Amino acid sequence: MIIRGNAHVFGNDIDTDVIIPARYLNTFDHDELAKHAMEGIEPEFYKKVTRGDIIVAGSNFGSGSSREHAPIAIMATGISLVIAKSFARIFYRNAFNIGLPLLEVKDDIDSIKTGTPLEVNLDTGLIKELLTNKVYKATPIPEFMQELLSAGGLMNYMEKKVLKR
Amino acid sequence: MKSMGNRVPAKNFEKRKEFNMGMTITEKILALHAGLDKVEPGQLIMANVDLALGNDVTAPIAIDEFKRHGGKEVFDKSKVVLVPDHFAPNKDIKSAIQCKILRDFAKEKGIVNYFEIGKMGIEHALLPESGLVAPGDLVIGADSHTCTYGALGAFSTGVGSTDLAAAMLSGKAWFKVPPTVKFIYRTDNKGKLKKWVYGKDVILFTIGEIGVDGALYKSMEFTGNVIDVMNMSERFTMCNMVIEAGGKNGIIVPDITTVNYVNQRVKRSYTLFTSDKDASYEKIYEYDLTNLKPQVALPHLPENTRNIDEIGKIEIDQAFVGSCTNGWIEDLRIAASIMKNRKVNPNVRMIVIPATTQIYQQALKEGLIEIFIQAGAVFSTPTCGPCLGGHMGVLAPGERAIATTNRNFRGRMGDLNSEVYLANPAIVAASAILGRIGSPEELGIKE
Repeated sequence: MIIRGNAHVFGNDIDTDVIIPARYLNTFDHDELAKHAMEGIEPEFYKKVTRGDIIVAGSNFGSGSSREHAPIAIMATGISLVIAKSFARIFYRNAFNIGLPLLEVKDDIDSIKTGTPLEVNLDTGLIKELLTNKVYKATPIPEFMQELLSAGGLMNYMEKKVLKR
Repeated sequence: MKSMGNRVPAKNFEKRKEFNMGMTITEKILALHAGLDKVEPGQLIMANVDLALGNDVTAPIAIDEFKRHGGKEVFDKSKVVLVPDHFAPNKDIKSAIQCKILRDFAKEKGIVNYFEIGKMGIEHALLPESGLVAPGDLVIGADSHTCTYGALGAFSTGVGSTDLAAAMLSGKAWFKVPPTVKFIYRTDNKGKLKKWVYGKDVILFTIGEIGVDGALYKSMEFTGNVIDVMNMSERFTMCNMVIEAGGKNGIIVPDITTVNYVNQRVKRSYTLFTSDKDASYEKIYEYDLTNLKPQVALPHLPENTRNIDEIGKIEIDQAFVGSCTNGWIEDLRIAASIMKNRKVNPNVRMIVIPATTQIYQQALKEGLIEIFIQAGAVFSTPTCGPCLGGHMGVLAPGERAIATTNRNFRGRMGDLNSEVYLANPAIVAASAILGRIGSPEELGIKE
């Protein structure tokens, strides 16, 4: 699967209180959550996103709370993929459980700036800067996470594979 | 250590005997619940859960998913736990709707363990106190601090709402078996820490050492003579905060302290697991804590820890004792011992929140509430409240709080331009009186 979009770059340790502050957790309306996505670091982030865009971040993205509102809010802005040096584990499982793909890149991705157009092949993990043809190699998405994505999230997966109905 | 009985099917229990040597307690519990003889770090498993927990923030999404996917009955009415604790008693209309979703669902599905306000407590203190978690259990909760129950020798970890929905439907959850990192804490004084130093300081110190992603995806196993002599509330505090180092679970091999705690509360039989002598650890950290001082984590990360005497003069606007980390009766006793016959500084708002209704009642009996009120603090019904900037003590721009809570991320307790400092209850109580961050010794309190 090929994803094309412009990068939105963030630093290290972007925690869930920054991604979606707790005062907005009294609802799970996706459009409402989208309006406050990344509010702790970039208010009105949703206005800057074009459907398909990609978040590029440093290490430990999504640390802190288990709130699924975090990947939901990001996805609801139109972001199609998050690339980071590493992810906090609950954010990682939440994202795949709801069908938001994540890619881990060990390479130095600091040359990617906000606005850089990217093309990402989710199957091979290759990330290309479209203007310079510079290529980065992400860790391929583990098989089980690919199964979750292709099932359309954990609930569909459980229905088909575990409950077999 | 003698086995305390067997609450898993006999077939699986037989398998337990066949475990090849060389497994940690975490690996054993995961293997048993996946119906496997052995698991290894990195292995992906589908495991049966003994308990699945949700709160007023996370469960509404799970309930929505459950229903959308045709869920009729939950997998086991006694193994789903719903606790409206984050924004309850309802702080606004939206929160009221969230709590109503839990209440209605619990009624509709006959969920036994739904806790209405009046019985409610912060989930991670309430579940152990109610005897819902036993050693050897596998627990998932749609709340990151679910890792708290590792103090009982259970495997417990935070997951998301969709995981909770899937578990309510199937009784199962997927896991990647984590590598285990062992922490050995010792003091020259048979494990005794210095005065005004507690489990909170040990875990803050540890996070300061290894960083907020120092145990990413890993199991943190706590051992050593410091742990051996540590009471349950401090063990809960330590396991509660492993998520702040990125950990998947924190765990302490059960001992007599665990058994004494559990036997007063847990009705069913349970199994004690231990780590094999030749279990394999990814890394072993060993710390001499003989001279450990109270720790304070500066904004905006729990890893920004300093010794109490290294932080200089930092004035505060609010002091908070409470949360799933330090809202235990022992924490209230510590704070009260410092606040007795003293007054909260006129520039400080002091808030004390017991973690559960039972702790509230105990504090009432012991006269602790009287001490707090006399000192000029407020004392509230249990709620997560200010810890996550929900209600009951939200900060204005430029304000600064010291709290016994677990996270000091930017904006955690209120406005983006407010600050949170993390510390133990003795430091928070002393700071409330001093009007700046300081220790009980500065008030002339010795032993």
